[in-house]
Amino acid sequence: MTRRWIAWIAPLILLAVLLGLWEVLTRSLGVPSYILPAPSGIATAFATHFVALLHHAAITLTEIVLGLVLGGLAGFGLAVAVFYSPILERALYPLIIASQMIPVFAIAPLLIVWMGYGVWPKATVAALIAFFPIVVNVSDGLRAPNEDSAELFRSLGASRGQVFRKLRLPASLPALFSGLKVATTLAVVGATIGEWVGAREGLGYLMLQSNALLRVDLVFAAIVMLALLGLLLFGTLRIIERRALRWQAVD
Amino acid sequence: MGNLRFEVRVDGLCKAFPGRTGPIPVIDSLSFSVRHGTWTTFLGPSGCGKTTLLRLLAGLIEPDAGSVRVIDASMHLPNMAAYFPQHDTLLPWRTALGNAVLASEIEGRPLAHARSEARELLEHFGLAGFESHYPSQLSGGMRQRLALIRTFLAHRDVLLLDEPLGALDPLTRTILQDWLLEIWGELHKTIVLVTHDVEEALVLSDRILVLSPRPATVERDVVVRLPRPRDRASGSFAERKGSILDLLLGAP
Repeated sequence: MTRRWIAWIAPLILLAVLLGLWEVLTRSLGVPSYILPAPSGIATAFATHFVALLHHAAITLTEIVLGLVLGGLAGFGLAVAVFYSPILERALYPLIIASQMIPVFAIAPLLIVWMGYGVWPKATVAALIAFFPIVVNVSDGLRAPNEDSAELFRSLGASRGQVFRKLRLPASLPALFSGLKVATTLAVVGATIGEWVGAREGLGYLMLQSNALLRVDLVFAAIVMLALLGLLLFGTLRIIERRALRWQAVD
Repeated sequence: MGNLRFEVRVDGLCKAFPGRTGPIPVIDSLSFSVRHGTWTTFLGPSGCGKTTLLRLLAGLIEPDAGSVRVIDASMHLPNMAAYFPQHDTLLPWRTALGNAVLASEIEGRPLAHARSEARELLEHFGLAGFESHYPSQLSGGMRQRLALIRTFLAHRDVLLLDEPLGALDPLTRTILQDWLLEIWGELHKTIVLVTHDVEEALVLSDRILVLSPRPATVERDVVVRLPRPRDRASGSFAERKGSILDLLLGAP
């Protein structure tokens, strides 16, 4: 068996063993399904409510993607601005870091008041926590090229714009993708939190509603769906990254 | 452009960098001239200010005093010189061809022409078939050749080379020295080279300016009259090498 196979199969086996244990224990101990449903019960709930789950997943996915795009653009813009303006860096950095000390839970209700119940307050919560890893990573990435490379460009008469487009921007791409990967996981959390605070649809909303109705199996089904969403986003990002950074893969 | 007749005149060049206890002079009233089409090498111990000198010539930093003039050419030296930095500056995200056309791209020359010209040069100088390879896929010697080809493709009359072969193993180094000579013979460039390798200086140069330890001044001006290609094993070569080494090591 090749290593690739093992890499795929090992986590699946572990998951199967854990689910099996869970199934056996909940059944043999007679745990009521409103406390902890067995995996089979969750699977049934997932299958019977699949269409509804898909609908809510689409809403949440929209919020996550919007949050990532907003947070990504803001994070990238801030990193570039801070890179080119030391004064702006002095002024902004403490604020950027302070903004990360405020729990999003504290801001989310305000955003609902300001923006209503739609997609935007959730996307904003997602963006607010997603932009930080992007600022940090892109700032490092823009500094990645050595001084010699910058001097080479200058000696060839390159303008500042050319140095940015042809040197700093491509050099910062690996860091941008690292930041985006962290940001993706954070955006999933952000969108869900946004939905908990106030929503009419979305997986977070579904969780909250099901929890109130003691439909714990549906809560878990929504969690499974959310995990699948996260994997889908992460996988998509990996594919884009491999294409954009083809030069890194070869050796 | 290649047949331009000119002379670079450097007069009383001084440069100091701020240190903890005041400015540290790196270059102290350095004067020399370089005639077009010749190969001039600055030879000196590590940290004597050779790189600073090249950066001054390339116009990347300003001298504290002194001047760099080009006689009988209407241009300033930085605009007619291509600088080859000491550290690897190939762009890892560009293919060999993409790296080779960088200068043309920056100067806004037509890209199609730059590409065909770069392809020709890559092929002619031993990189045929590697046009679409990334730098990480090339050997150390090939990377260095690529970086040098990129410098030639800047179409400048003067090449300022900062230890272009410094990071290579001795064998590759020797091969590339001969290769550089061949190219220099074909392209009619004016080369200013900086190195700490006495043999390299003797194999390549018309003239060797031996620099003193910091602050750099010209310790000795050696005109190498040996015909090229030079035999590294010959007696006269070894004799010259010995006398320059003595000078560098401070022997009486």
